[in-house]
Parts: sequence; C-alpha cells; structure tokens
Amino acid sequence: MKNPLDSILGTIISGFVLTAILYVFVVNFLLKA
Amino acid sequence: MELILDRWFHIMAGIVWIGLLYYFNFVQAVALPKAKADNTAAGITKHVAPQALLWFRWAALVTWLTGAWYLERSGVGLGAAFMLKGAAAPIGLGAWLGTIMLFNVWVLIWPNQKKVLGIVSADDATKAKSARIAFLASRTNTMLSIPMLFFMVTGSAHGLPRLF
Repeated sequence: MKNPLDSILGTIISGFVLTAILYVFVVNFLLKA
Repeated sequence: MELILDRWFHIMAGIVWIGLLYYFNFVQAVALPKAKADNTAAGITKHVAPQALLWFRWAALVTWLTGAWYLERSGVGLGAAFMLKGAAAPIGLGAWLGTIMLFNVWVLIWPNQKKVLGIVSADDATKAKSARIAFLASRTNTMLSIPMLFFMVTGSAHGLPRLF
C-alpha cells in the first residue's frame, strides 16, 4: 500500500479525514465528559 | 491590549510558518525534481531553501510561544488546554497538534535538512535517508495543519459547535 503522504492530494485528504475523526472524538467524548 | 498584541503576533507568525510549510510542500517539493533534471536546482538548494527554513523554524517557535502565552493569560489556562478539560478541549487539541508540529520542525525537519542542503557534512546514503525523514515530517505537518487550523479557528475558548 502506498503512503498517502507521498502525494499532495493524499496528504490533504488525510488531513480532512483526521479532522473529522478528531471532531467526532472531541464532541462525543471530551465535551460530553 | 497585551492579549490583542499577543494574538496579532501569534497569527502573523502562524501565517509565516504555515505559509512556508505549504510553499515547501506544494511548490518546492514539486519544482525541485524538475530543477534537478535541468541542472538548475542549486539556485533553490543554496539560496532559497536555507532562507525559507530560517523564517520557517523561527516563525514556528514564535507561533507556539505566543499561542502558549495567549492560552495562559486569556483565562483558558495552559494546563486546562493541554489536559483537554471541558470547553478548553477544542483549542487544547489545536495546541497539541501545533506542539507536535513544532517538535517535527526542530527535531526532524531542520536537523535533517541541514544534512540534505550541505549545511552539515554527510555522505550520500545519510543524505538520502535524511531527505526521506524531512519529507515525511514536512508532509505530516501539512496533514496536521488541517485539523490544527480547524480547532484553532472554530474551537476558540468557547467549546465547539455541532456541525453534523
């Protein structure tokens, strides 16, 4: 499997996916705690 | 007044830092292989990259310091932010991402770029390994900058709105 960070598009998509994951984590686990 | 000035410097330094990060990733990393192919890479590696890296690494430090100062003095609290406590969690997450990025700049990118650019001597195998480490650290920072900016601008010190 290719490293997504080897391409600019893969890097940007990874950044948006990570943002969504962290957002769900913050809203559902940190702010509700 | 102190907080307005601090926030102003934080955002200015952040623009220099992340602007140069995007320059390295979106412009220089793409242009350098083409410049090497027609033997014009020296202009970038000898003159542009060292100057860009100078502003890049010091802007990163100023961004972090002014951000930490702001968190502490604005009532959020540096400890609460880094412990991701309550309403400080979103901005704290942004602060954590920025801290990881600062670490990458000073511990992974800059020491390895010094070898790649010939600022410190290294053999060809070491240079190739250093180039890969610096590249991946730089790309990691580009990826992390996306959620970091999200939590910096939306989180503030007032919680996080439900987006979906």
